[in-house]
Amino acid sequence: MTLLQLDDVSVTYRTADGPVPAVRGVSLDLEAGSTLGVAGESGSGKSTVAATVLRLNPASSTVTGRVLLDGEDVLKMSFGQLRAVRWAEASIVFQGALHSLNPLQKIGRQVAEPVLLHGQADTRRGAEAMARELLGQVGLPPRLASSYPHQLSGGQKQRVMIAMALACGPRLIIADEPTTALDVMVQAQVLDLLTGLVRDLGVGLVVISHDLSVLGTTCDRLAVMYAGRVVEEGPSADVLARARHPYTRALSAAYPTIGDPAARFSPRGLPGDPPWPGDLPAGCPFHPRCPEAVDVCRTEDVRLRLAAPGHRAACVHVAAEVAT
Amino acid sequence: MSARAVRRARQRAALGRFWSSFRRERAGLVGLAVLAVFVLLALTAPLLFSPDQLKVTEATGDVLAPPTAGFPLGTDESGRSVLALVVWGTRVSLLVGVAATVISMAIGTFVGISSGHYRGVPGSVLERLTDWFLVIPFLPLAIALATVLGSSLLNVIVVIGVTSWPGTARLVRAQTLSVEARPYLERARVLGGGHWHQMSRHVLPNVMPLVLANTTLTVAIAILSETTLSFLGLGDPFRVSWGSMLDSAFSTGAISAGAWWYLLPPGLCVVAVVLAFTLVGRAMENVLDPRER
Amino acid sequence: MNSRPVLEAAGLSTSFRTRGGKVARAVDGVDLELAHGEIVALVGESGCGKTTLARTLLGLERPSGGQVLVGGVPLRYDGRALKAFRRRVQLVLQDPTGSLNPRHTVYEAVAEGLRVHGVAGDEQQRVVDALSRVGMRPAERYFLRYPHELSGGQRQRVVIAGALVLEPEVLVADEPVSSLDASVRGEILALLLQLRDELGLSVLVVTHDLGLAWNIADRIAVMYLGRIVESGPTEQVLSDPSHPYTRALLSVVPESHNMEPVVLAGEPPDPTRMPAGCRFHPRCPQLASGEAEAAGVADDCRTGSLPVLPASKEHAAACFLSMARHGMLTD
Repeated sequence: MTLLQLDDVSVTYRTADGPVPAVRGVSLDLEAGSTLGVAGESGSGKSTVAATVLRLNPASSTVTGRVLLDGEDVLKMSFGQLRAVRWAEASIVFQGALHSLNPLQKIGRQVAEPVLLHGQADTRRGAEAMARELLGQVGLPPRLASSYPHQLSGGQKQRVMIAMALACGPRLIIADEPTTALDVMVQAQVLDLLTGLVRDLGVGLVVISHDLSVLGTTCDRLAVMYAGRVVEEGPSADVLARARHPYTRALSAAYPTIGDPAARFSPRGLPGDPPWPGDLPAGCPFHPRCPEAVDVCRTEDVRLRLAAPGHRAACVHVAAEVAT
Repeated sequence: MSARAVRRARQRAALGRFWSSFRRERAGLVGLAVLAVFVLLALTAPLLFSPDQLKVTEATGDVLAPPTAGFPLGTDESGRSVLALVVWGTRVSLLVGVAATVISMAIGTFVGISSGHYRGVPGSVLERLTDWFLVIPFLPLAIALATVLGSSLLNVIVVIGVTSWPGTARLVRAQTLSVEARPYLERARVLGGGHWHQMSRHVLPNVMPLVLANTTLTVAIAILSETTLSFLGLGDPFRVSWGSMLDSAFSTGAISAGAWWYLLPPGLCVVAVVLAFTLVGRAMENVLDPRER
Repeated sequence: MNSRPVLEAAGLSTSFRTRGGKVARAVDGVDLELAHGEIVALVGESGCGKTTLARTLLGLERPSGGQVLVGGVPLRYDGRALKAFRRRVQLVLQDPTGSLNPRHTVYEAVAEGLRVHGVAGDEQQRVVDALSRVGMRPAERYFLRYPHELSGGQRQRVVIAGALVLEPEVLVADEPVSSLDASVRGEILALLLQLRDELGLSVLVVTHDLGLAWNIADRIAVMYLGRIVESGPTEQVLSDPSHPYTRALLSVVPESHNMEPVVLAGEPPDPTRMPAGCRFHPRCPQLASGEAEAAGVADDCRTGSLPVLPASKEHAAACFLSMARHGMLTD
């Protein structure tokens, strides 16, 4: 059964300046034991999608659609059911995790907290023993349990956050920008850890990042978001090598392949900036910056179309061979 | 429109925004209203009561008489109208409060910014100086200074100004340190900006909102200090202030005589004005809180 | 045109005293040259000393050894010399949002440098020129905007304009695009290249991003624990790295698909406790796998001392193994 299925999910924030549609009709799915990468920049809605899976949206937001976790709709669960689901079924490693640790508490205590809360251990001592085991699982020496966050490096703190996410044996882990602000070498270590966990524990993993190449190496499937919508999705090798949406191509070009002579002295980017979700242009939201925009783009907003088996893109230039 | 005109328009707009935020602070508005009344009283005092009414030799009422139609707040031990004394006393309290605060703010801001900006020996020296002054108990120091300098209005202002700057300095120093850590200060240094440029163009504008909010609170303290000093007989003996009225009331045995009209009005006025300034200051802090930016 | 490099580090060292009283040798002997119109990328992980090196070259830190040379002349640290130096070497910081005073308008931010140095002439015209050069046209439209009204890319352009207005010869850019959105990076990098082509500006880019170096750098210098371990023309260093550290870094960068990832264990070590011998040897895969042993340099790796890599345009690496292989055993 599909582990996670988002079905036409939309999230709108109520702000002083009016409703802001952060996510507009996103549908994604993920099987157990596989990885899905969600790529996007600021304003794309990717972090909102992550929060929605565990219904962690702020009270001032309206969420529509269905979020099926193992067949059950998270958005319709009672609070009690939701509490049980949170962390035990699905957990999140948040963006800015490096600052999410309580500076005044020892690491072991913090990792033990979800264990205790979900009744995975009955005593504090039992919970802290489990915490040490979890630290070992993420490649940290168990003695680190008696250190304070400021004594750890960025990479170590990120691993602690992953250990916390694993605490209750979830079936799904969502990692929001797990490698931003980390060095390349530490980034590789963390990504190795995550893919190892998928392989060894059979969890489903959703990785959110603005770095397409990071996603390319860790994820089976890739979904690219822009202005609250998924604009392209498919097997990651396909999406990277044969991108069908101009935005995906631009995002991919922003991180050139080292060794590619075409990328020497020709940095490629897009004019303008990613749109503010409260102020989207008419028609296709990407058209003001699109190098391949045509007249119809200004008025018509295209939905995802099939470009190749299992690979869809929301662009007029993708001939709608088979309507989806 | 010229660049200058547009800037002024923007500043006016910013002031407008400040006012509309401030308007939402009910307590602040109450405080502001109370202050407005007292300021009005202070300004119109000569129109309401001629200065002659303050002269002991010109007193027309009975000694320590309770309130009557002619003397709404009764009379003091010389037969002067207590109401006239209270209204004239407003001038002294407000004047001393504001003037002393200006001195205190000036010294405090200067020392605070300098001690936050200059590292090494000069900064530490100023910091220690601030701490030292902060620790000295206000009253003994004020009494000592007042005794040495003599009691005149100017001296009272100086004494209060010179003893209350450390609070501001400490606040300003903390804010300076936080601003100094920001990248735009580094950019100013890299552009070649010297100490004066960094402090005046970058630190000061960012410190000012906090200082302004703190100013109103300092005025409250300054007024209390003046009242205390006058009550102890260290104020200007030729001026009537609320503190001196309280002093006279006590020393002439108004309590045992049951002359509540002599004690209560000045005391209540002090409380009212101090409270009003505090409310306004708190409201300003809420509105100007940098965390809300 | 002066044939001397426009900015140079000669045997430069910068140390800090940490809270525990230990001495951190953030920069421990570096020779580096930046020629006129050249873009050099200084790459490395956090803690390698690249930011400290950049700050020392900018005169923001005093070196504890060696010299900074500007056009061949050693930099003096008295107020007047430093101020004059600032007109020639400018800085672009990582976070454009933090780099601009939120209370100053764009005009004031760009004109600040002119006012500090008391530059004569038409201030407004110079501001217009600088803003136009960074692509913000019509410049007048931006004069009265505040930083919070601009996007990340625009803020970074304003910072660059503020640096350009002084007509410097060198721009030091510390992670110029790392806090910008991916689709905006290209524009800022293209701007730097354009400034090099049009103004002959030299740029020293400090970054951990090898892809950025591939995009715009003529030469690249890789730093590890306070020393430059490899340097040379970008194509050569990134296509055929000699130093094991460079090779490991390249292999894990997701953008290089053709290499087997060599993930180094452990954390980058601590500049207060330098290992003996080659400072990379505790993590070196070549030493661990026995290759160094086979080449007979294993002892050198553990105990020998490597000379500071001289500043030259050639591709060179500070590695005993690579020197042995190239038949260049030095003392």
